[in-house]
This record gives sequence, C-alpha cells and structure tokens, in this order.
Amino acid sequence: MRGEALYVDDLVIEGLLYGRLLHSDRARARIRSIRLPKLPPEVTVVDWRDAPARNQIHIVQDDMPIFAKDEVAYVGDVILMLVGPDEQELQNLLSRIQIDYQELTPVLDPQLSQQVFFDYHYGHGQVEQAFAEADHIFSETFHTGLQEQAYLEPNGLIAIPGNRKMTVRGSMQCPYYVKTALVRALGEAADQVQVVQEVTGGGFGGKEDYPSVLACQLAVAALKTGRPVKCILNRREDMATTTKRHPSRCHYKVAVKAGQVTAMDIDVLMDSGAYTTLSPVVLQRGIIGAPGVYRIPNLRVHGQARKTNTVPNGAFRGFGAPQTFFAVEMMMSHIAAALNQEPLAFKARQLVSQGDETSTGGRYHFYVSLPDLIKRAEELSHYREKRQAYARQTAQRYRRGIGIALIYHGCGFTGNSERDFIKAVVKLKKRTDDRVEVLASNADIGQGIKTTFAKIVADQLALPLEQIIVNNPDTDKVPDSGPTVASRSLMTVGQLLAQAAARLKQVWEPGKEQVIEEHYQHPEYMIPFDMDRFAGDAYPTYSWAVSVVELELDRLTGTADILGAWGIFDVGVPIDYNIVQGQMQGGFLQGLGYACMEHLTYSPAGVPQQTSFTDYIIPTAADVPNLVTDLVNNPFSHGPYGAKGAGEMPMVGVAPAYLEALEQAMNCGRLEHVPFTAEDVLDRLSDADGHLHPDFDTWTWQSKSEAESQPADPRQRKG
Amino acid sequence: MQIINVQTGIPFILNDRPVRSLSAPGTRLLDVLRQEFHLTGTKCGCKEGECGACAVLINGRLVTSCLVAVGSIAHQAVLTIEGYRKTERFAVLDEAFAEMAAVQCGFCTPGMVLATEALLSEHPHPSPEEIRQGLSGNLCRCTGYQALVQAVSTAAQKGAGLW
Ligand code: FES
Ligand code: FES
Repeated sequence: MRGEALYVDDLVIEGLLYGRLLHSDRARARIRSIRLPKLPPEVTVVDWRDAPARNQIHIVQDDMPIFAKDEVAYVGDVILMLVGPDEQELQNLLSRIQIDYQELTPVLDPQLSQQVFFDYHYGHGQVEQAFAEADHIFSETFHTGLQEQAYLEPNGLIAIPGNRKMTVRGSMQCPYYVKTALVRALGEAADQVQVVQEVTGGGFGGKEDYPSVLACQLAVAALKTGRPVKCILNRREDMATTTKRHPSRCHYKVAVKAGQVTAMDIDVLMDSGAYTTLSPVVLQRGIIGAPGVYRIPNLRVHGQARKTNTVPNGAFRGFGAPQTFFAVEMMMSHIAAALNQEPLAFKARQLVSQGDETSTGGRYHFYVSLPDLIKRAEELSHYREKRQAYARQTAQRYRRGIGIALIYHGCGFTGNSERDFIKAVVKLKKRTDDRVEVLASNADIGQGIKTTFAKIVADQLALPLEQIIVNNPDTDKVPDSGPTVASRSLMTVGQLLAQAAARLKQVWEPGKEQVIEEHYQHPEYMIPFDMDRFAGDAYPTYSWAVSVVELELDRLTGTADILGAWGIFDVGVPIDYNIVQGQMQGGFLQGLGYACMEHLTYSPAGVPQQTSFTDYIIPTAADVPNLVTDLVNNPFSHGPYGAKGAGEMPMVGVAPAYLEALEQAMNCGRLEHVPFTAEDVLDRLSDADGHLHPDFDTWTWQSKSEAESQPADPRQRKG
Repeated sequence: MQIINVQTGIPFILNDRPVRSLSAPGTRLLDVLRQEFHLTGTKCGCKEGECGACAVLINGRLVTSCLVAVGSIAHQAVLTIEGYRKTERFAVLDEAFAEMAAVQCGFCTPGMVLATEALLSEHPHPSPEEIRQGLSGNLCRCTGYQALVQAVSTAAQKGAGLW
C-alpha cells in the first residue's frame, strides 16, 4: 500500500548485470547459423553450450531446452541471452543478431497435429448399451481459446552466483519447483541451490511453471559471468512467449432416456503448445471434470494433449477445468432447450449428491451443497423469473438474457500426488522471545496466504496476530510444503499448520526455542487413486459454485452490458472472509474476460497477434459494475476450521453462464465457443439472417421415434 | 522551447523537493523515478500507457509516467507514492484499503492510490459509477475491482472535508 514492498525489479544488488533474451521469430525451423554483431567486451553471449549439466528444464518432463540448440519450436523459443551492464545496449545488439533459419511448416492446429503428448481414457458402465436404449442422442463440439494470466507484474528473476552456490530470487509461486529445476540443470556446477520468493505481483498459475524456465537461463548466465544477472520480461515479451491457458476442443455425445442423461461419451483435445510443461496435469483435471456436476451412470472419456508450434501452455487458475466445465454446461443447456425444458430445472434433476460415485469411481464423501447454492443464487438474482420473462421479450435492438452455470472444483492435487510426490512438511519455530515463525514454502502471490496462515497459527496458540511471523519462503529456511497451486495451500498446508500449532501449544515452554515439524497424512477415507485407470478418489473433497450472469445486448453493435453478476460459493468455511471474497471477485472477473473479451490468436505463420494490453483486453473497473459474491458455509471436517480450496473455482463457471445469457439475448441458436466477442456476436447475427444451417453448428440430435438425424435449426431456441 | 543545460540537468519538483534529473531529456519519467531517484514505489507493468501501474501526479493531474519524457516536465511538480504517503489523505486511503481488503498482490496499488487521489480531488463525494470511471485507466488483475470501489467510497466518507 505504501509502495514500500520490494518486488524483484526493486532490489538493489551489487555488481548486477542484465540479461536480455533472443527469441525465435519462426514457429518451426532449424537454425543453420547465427551471426552476431561485433560485441563490446562487457557483453557476454550465453547459449546452449554454456549449460553445465543438461540443456533441459525439468517441469514434469524434461523436453524444453534451456536454450534452443539447432531447432526452434515456437515463436518465442529462447535461442540465447546477451548479458551486460546496459539494458538498452543489449536490446540494440539483440536486434542486430542475424539468424539463418531453415523453415519448416509449423503445425498450429492441434487437430492436425500428429504428435500426441498425452493420451488418457477412462469410464464406467455400459456406454454402448445406454446409447442403444436412449430416447435421444445429442452431440456437439465446443471450443475454448487461449487466455493470458496477465498478472500486473511481469515475470522476472535474478540469479546470484556464490561460492559453488546459486541463489535465484524473484517473482514465483513455487520455490521448490524452481529449486528442483535448477539442481538438475546445474548438476555439479553448484553444490547448493537456494531459491527465494520476493513479493510477487500476481501469478494465477503463470508463475507456477515459467519461473523454472527463466531461472535456468539466468543461472547459466550467472555461472558464466560470475556476476548476478537479472531479467525482467517486458510486457510484450511476457505475453508473447510465456505459458497460457490451453485452448481446447471438446466433443460431447450424450444419451437421454426418460428425461435423464444416461450416458456421455466425451472426447477432449487440448493444445499443449511446443512443449509438455504441465499439460499432463492440466489434461487430467480437465477430463476428470468433463461430466460436470451430474450423475452419469455410463461414461466414456478420452483426452489428448497434442503438440503444436505455439507458446507452451501451462498453468492458469482452474487448470483444465474451465475448458470442460464450459463444454458440459453448454451441452446440458442445449439439451434442455431441445427437450423444451428450462435449463436449470433440467440440470438440477441430475445433480450428484453425497455418497454418489464420482466420474472416476471415487465418492462424494461429503455434503454436496449445490441445492443450497442454487437456492441462494435464485434469491439474489431472480434467475427463473428473468429467464422466463426474457424468453418472451420482443424487443429487436436491446435484448436481455440470463444464464446460470453449476460447477465444482476438486480441491488440491489430482490423485495421490500429495501422498506420493509432494509429501508436504511444515515447521513452526518458536523463538526465545515467544514469537512464532511459520516455515512453509507456500508463496503469497496476492491471495493472502500469509495472513491466513498467521491467523490459523495465532488462533490455535491463542496469541495475538502480531506474534506470528510469516516471511516469504526461502528454500534455505523453509521445508518443502509443496507448491502454491491447485487451491491446496490453505486446505492442505493450513491444516498441517493447525496441527503443528496444536502440538506446540501442548509442549509450550516460555522463553525457550522450540521447533515443531508436521508431515502430510493422506486422509484415510480416500479411495486410492489409480492414475493408469483413472479410478478412485481424484480429490479429497470438492468446492462448489453457482455463477449467474445477466446482460443486455445491443444487437446493432454486438456489445453486451452486464446488468448483474452473481457468484455463490461453497469453500467450506472462510478463514478470512474479506480475503475469500477478494479471491471470488477477482476470479469471477477473469472468468468474464475469458468469456467475452480476452482473445489471443496466431497468424498463419504462428506469430502471436495480441501482445500488449492495447490489443489483449482484460476487464477494467467499468466492466462489471454490479458483481455480487456470496459464501455458503459447508464445513469440511479435514480442513483447517472447515476450510476447503477456494482460489481457482470462481473463474470456472463464468464463461458458460455468460454464454447462456448471451444465447438468450441473441436468440439465434446455440453458441459453442469462448471467447465470444462483440465481433463474434455481429458475425453470428448476420449469419443467422443469411443462412439456415451455418456450418459452425456441429449439433446433432437423433430421437428414437424418428431414428434419424434432425437438421439443426438455429432459430429454434426455447427456454 | 525550454533550453536544458545538460550539465545541470532538468529541474523539477519531486515530492515537494526541487531536484534535477541528469538523464537524457527523452528518458521516460518512470525510469528516471525508479533508476535515478530510486523511488521504486512507481511500478512498471507495460511501458505503453495501458496499465496505470506507473501512474503519478503531475501538478495534481494523473499521468502514466511511462509515457512522459523527463524533458517535458521541467519545473513541474511530480508526486509519487513516496511523497503522497506522508499526507493525511493517504492515511485515510490506507485505512480504507486495508479495511476493504482492496490490496491483493499490491502491484497496481500505488497507481490506484494516486488515481484515487486524482478522483477525490475532482469529486470529493463520488458515486460508485464515478469511482469506476475514475479507476478505469488502472488495471488490477487480482481484486475484480469490487473491494477497490468500496475502499474509495469508504475513504470518501471517512475523509470527508479532506478533499
Ligand atoms: S507502465 Fe505505464 S501504463 Fe503501464
Ligand atoms: S492487487 Fe494485484 S493487480 Fe491489483
């Protein structure tokens, strides 16, 4: 608030050099040769030859090079770094480097890609039989676009070499991810690797995987020059070259019998971009959520992530879920409309509830609060009355619509990762002055985890908040309590801290230094998850949300004003009400951006077309004047004070709610992709006037009685 | 046309104190503040005038310092968060922002605070609509703006008479 917080770019470091990256400007090419201009003596070139151990960055796999050697796989791939004392000079020199490329045809469309990075199947029941016995079979294909995290502080780090030691400081979510990547990349060149998180200006997933990349590049440079090297990406560079949300194509085929969905056959394709980064984990979460919040007795899900010559896609709030929840919510609404039913009523009849099986044959062990959330959403938004009223509106130019979406978010890591890979450890250190320091590796990236941790520990120990110290994590001081991802920090690590504090209280001796260590225990009630078969409890529990969007469309300009927006959330019990509300509101707005304005595209040569806030538009204060978020308590017995995961969920349901509202306002058929921009609205409205069966419409509907495909009629839209 | 002596630099008033910048006249004010004067409370989010993280007040007017050349501000008064935080008005904002949890990652905050100052000087009792317009040049990716709008309203009430 006072402008005193020091972000990485604010640090003063003795003998600092700058590093500037040379990015490929070709999407797919072999590098024949590199011609450097004459370099002044104070400038050093750093490239793949300088990598001391392996020219590879460990994320989940190791396929991304630190510096491209002889080929580049996307526009933005890093070829080399220039290091020197004057940033502007480096920038000028970079522009004079000539690269002789042998160009290859880039693959930009994942549907045309031959390279499958990940391929998963799972399901249960008798899918074929259910389709054979169905009254109706519907199918449709949905698309979601790229999305940029757009944290206000760009990615940036400093690598500081020491005596056989390498320290990296900066903006990040997961110090231990960065540390692991550095240890592997540096090998014997550094006995000791230290990673320190500085105050971080937002992350949203965009500082989960990418900092490992920049850290390796800078560490190699620091090793070569023997001096600290800093690189803060400029905004265009950050937007053009760092990880984004995976675009997706989801195909749904759904059987309905006696008004109930009896089977879903789902095919999900995610665009991984040039390297694997976190794609396997994103895809897993996406396909596990693909049947949504519904009881689906017969299910078949297939998911793939394929390589394209575009920016590697990675973590972003929601992590695969926004894509599939968008698709399933739209699919359910479209089926409801085809069957002449109000979408919410249709959906509400098939919700999962406590004790039901999950999509992967696990259990919903705890109370499913969706009916309560729906009730609250209706009270606040008057969804049903408005939905009916807007179905009857006759206005031509200004038309209104309202839409609703129901979603969950699986809290924490998918499957057994907490137990098998993360094995979180936390420590509490009581000092002789009786102040207590929290030692955990979770980073505050604006989500307020430091305050929340302090509150938990203070409460357990019955101490004033000021007596609890939470510093930014430094891997030399804090144990590995896992990364700051997957809405796990509070639920999982917070719980460990609560337990540690309870133990500390029992052995508390005033004036004495005491250390308490607590290790993660996998909840006993969980049905072990088999990652090969996607069977068992994918998550310990679920947070639930209902999102409602009401808008008024100007059919002449294609723009929609948000008349009302409501997000109703079950995050267990909020520990800090204001912090949770802030997360819900911020997430909701990112969801809205995803739905209608945040649009990223590539040229036919694979060059990103939107690389600044001038052409990549994110919501401003003026866009959603009337957002209402509300929390419904549903204590989680295994979370601290009943808390569950919160941070990611608010963004997930906004896009389908927005699109359903837009569909009603446009009144010209089904919509099937996001972002759906004002331009898309105008295109679609003019298409609908001109043609009866626009080719974007992939909808098919077979009914038993007719036993043949009914042509899609985009004009018929009920509800 | 102002003649600038490269030896003595460009004179301006920075946070109520007369200073001289020795940077080239074409240097962005943002860089001058951060690098020459080590006032790092002014943040850089884009350098293209789009995000508002670099906002400062020049003669009381809100400007994005990344788009201002230091040579163009000779003899003018620049106020950054470092100067503003000493004021009584800041104390009111500080409390209101904290109360409403309007700061998450904090990167947009110095710019938001100065945008609020500019807004309240013009409209001491702004409507929510006016607040939203007043802050719409400053991007915040964390808060969804709701808490910010509430914080500004609260500050306007509690600090009535100050603006
Ligand atoms: S840095 Fe000046 S507006 Fe973004
Ligand atoms: S608080 Fe993070 S950008 Fe505003």
